[in-house]
Amino acid sequence: MPVPILKQGDILIASIQSALSDKDLKQLQDELANRVGAVRARGVIIDVTALDVLDSFATRTIRSIAYTTLLRGAETVVVGIQPDVAFAMVQLGLTLEGVATALDLEEGFALLRQRDKEGNDRA
Amino acid sequence: MTVHSDIRVSIQTDADILTARQKGRELAAARGFTRTDQTLIATAISEIARNIVEYAQHGEMTLSPVDSQGRSGIVIVAQDEGPGITDIELAMNEGYSTAKSLGMGLPGTRRLMDEFDLKSIPGEGVTVTMKKWRR
Repeated sequence: MPVPILKQGDILIASIQSALSDKDLKQLQDELANRVGAVRARGVIIDVTALDVLDSFATRTIRSIAYTTLLRGAETVVVGIQPDVAFAMVQLGLTLEGVATALDLEEGFALLRQRDKEGNDRA
Repeated sequence: MTVHSDIRVSIQTDADILTARQKGRELAAARGFTRTDQTLIATAISEIARNIVEYAQHGEMTLSPVDSQGRSGIVIVAQDEGPGITDIELAMNEGYSTAKSLGMGLPGTRRLMDEFDLKSIPGEGVTVTMKKWRR
């Protein structure tokens, strides 16, 4: 099932609704890389609240999405990793190295706004 | 006591990986595993099923209840007829991977479960047997 991508201001929100096949994840990656350019997004939020498993493939793809969108000028924040999913990831030895995470959608927005402000202050 | 029969899942495509881990979670829930343990089991199934799809193209997973010495648990047997693993010791090494995974696959999966056994006959395939006991 494809992941719906919403837009709020200059932030794209990929709201994952159910377990994703490898194909769905790859499609999300392509879709986000294109949409970031099309809507000139500055940030991307991937909401994984609905995912009950994040295995090595999903983790690797999410990392790859984050790096891809960053190269396109938008920072990605992953939100909503469930406690038991986080525990399983740690046991498995998986990391989201270099990818911002936040507790939920609200915290994800706050983080992106803060980063954007920091960026403007520096400029 | 509820009797659960073996659940067999044919593993060939990425959609089968989802089916296997969903069935595994259901069986674990029915056996009274905590939500956290259900997630560990589902994640282990996902990793092993993906190994089949990536390296062997086709295989089968059997999910069964197991009871031993007053303990109740779940046993997962994954069999494929792929090329097999020539050096099991190397494959079980942290950081080793021949292809696309993060190199966490097998040793990581072993950490998710209580018992983990891997048998491989080069040219004939791999059998992974893993168990988790209810705490």
